[in-house]
Amino acid sequence: MYDTGVVALDGVDLDVREGEIFGVLGQSGAGKSTLLRCVNLLERPTSGTVTVDGQDLTVLGDAELRRARRRIGMIHQHFALLSSRTVAANVAFPLEVAKVPRAERRARVAELLELVGLDGKAKSYPAQLSGGQKQRVGIARALAARPKVLLSDEATSALDPGTTQSILALLRRLNAELGLTILLITHEMHVIKSICDSAAIMREGRVLESGRVHDLIARPGSQLTRELFPLPEPAPPGSLTVTFPAGQAEEPVLSGLVRKFGVDVNILGGSLEELRGVSVGRLRIRMEGEDTAAALAYLRGRGLLVEEETP
Amino acid sequence: MSPEELVPVLWEATAETAQMVLWSTLLTAVFGLPIGVLLVTTGRGGLTPLPALNAVLGAVVNIGRSLPFIVLMVAILPFTRLITGTTIGTVAAIVPLTLGAVPFYARLVESAVRGVSREVVEAAQAMGARRVTVVLKVLLPETLPALVAGLTVTVVALIGYSAMAGAIGGGGLGDLAIRYGYQRFDTTVMVITVVLLIVIVQLVQSLGDLLARRLSHR
Ligand SMILES: Nc1ncnc2c1ncn2[C@@H]1O[C@H](COP(=O)(O)OP(=O)(O)O)[C@@H](O)[C@H]1O
Ligand SMILES: [Mg+2]
Repeated sequence: MYDTGVVALDGVDLDVREGEIFGVLGQSGAGKSTLLRCVNLLERPTSGTVTVDGQDLTVLGDAELRRARRRIGMIHQHFALLSSRTVAANVAFPLEVAKVPRAERRARVAELLELVGLDGKAKSYPAQLSGGQKQRVGIARALAARPKVLLSDEATSALDPGTTQSILALLRRLNAELGLTILLITHEMHVIKSICDSAAIMREGRVLESGRVHDLIARPGSQLTRELFPLPEPAPPGSLTVTFPAGQAEEPVLSGLVRKFGVDVNILGGSLEELRGVSVGRLRIRMEGEDTAAALAYLRGRGLLVEEETP
Repeated sequence: MSPEELVPVLWEATAETAQMVLWSTLLTAVFGLPIGVLLVTTGRGGLTPLPALNAVLGAVVNIGRSLPFIVLMVAILPFTRLITGTTIGTVAAIVPLTLGAVPFYARLVESAVRGVSREVVEAAQAMGARRVTVVLKVLLPETLPALVAGLTVTVVALIGYSAMAGAIGGGGLGDLAIRYGYQRFDTTVMVITVVLLIVIVQLVQSLGDLLARRLSHR
């Protein structure tokens, strides 16, 4: 709660597993930044605990907290680079803070710039870089002290779509290569779609739902599913909304339905999305015929999620 | 005055102005910088919020800024005597000059430091930086060009104030212009002095601009 009386977060309970990319989706003002800032205690929650890598940060003293923060990298929407420092000196900053000796710093900086694909830019100043390059510097800097966790506050929101994709790909690669746990917040669904293993949806300081993306999609009434596959809501009476979880979207389910049960199928709407390379779909249909009950059972038997709108 | 007489007089006056302005600039930077930084860091949402100290500093700075220099100079004569042991002369003039310029420069520093984005400060804190590190390695380097630009404005203001310091025997170019040009109707001295002041101000401003530009990587 802020001293203005705003309760920015209320009853938030998130569990981010080691080594995963966890995305928090929500509109502006939902409390996402506040949530992220609570993780490294830039914002101290009025109540509750924050545990990172097994350590409760809320009980730490000043010096211990500063040490713990070095194990948590952070990247920012507007990059937060020091305009007075070169790229190399920006990346070296957290190492200076951690009192790493100069020679060691220099070697580490070279290594990091190569990791994020900025080898030739060591002596440039941030003002001479594009947005995507600036965020790469931000990422290199965040990783300098070898954190286990990376926090990302709308890291791609100021970037164009192409650059966004390349930054997301970089995050994905770092996650895979370094085993880095990433907690990111975004108001853009496509960020969740393209790189997140797990997700949470926030609204007005509360978490509406959270879990692995594929689990959430298989859950009836999921808000994430609705945002991911926008169909006219509410569903018209008598309609069926069928969600095809991972791998099922390519199966010829509908033709089987028509053939086996002699029902008529009207397609009212639908969409297909790639979730980290796996097709997932959602279809709204109306089914008419003799044996609709058996047809429904058939669909459910194939592992599809069927939500009925009672007429 | 003949040219032979004029040159040494001008030279001496220029040296006095330089002495007053340089010393008071140095002292202004020494006191104005921390006060300006504190005005930001002790404020609401600052690094070390201390509302009481912030209010006092703000009030003192405002009082200093609202006093006309000539009034300030006379009002603090006892203080000047306490510090320098005298109330007349070039050295004595440095005290009111500094006192007059510190609040001015502190406000310029304050607004420069406010220009550093919250995100940048938080980024440093998120890396585990101490507050003093944030000030020394983030706030000051990031505002250095603006601090230099502000100091340039202050130097120019000090050159102006220093003319008034002639009133307490501070000497300098302004004093020369008043004594010879105004009181003795020596127009030549008046004109030469004014031209000299203009040239000096131009030089200072250009130098300051150049330095600020060199330091800026935005
Ligand atoms: N420093 C602050 N003081 C008071 N209220 C704040 C502060 N920062 C954010 N808020 C409020 O908290 C709520 C959540 O903000 P935020 O976490 O920034 O949302 P998001 O990042 O999802 O856009 C908003 O209503 C915002 O106005
Ligand atoms: Mg935000």
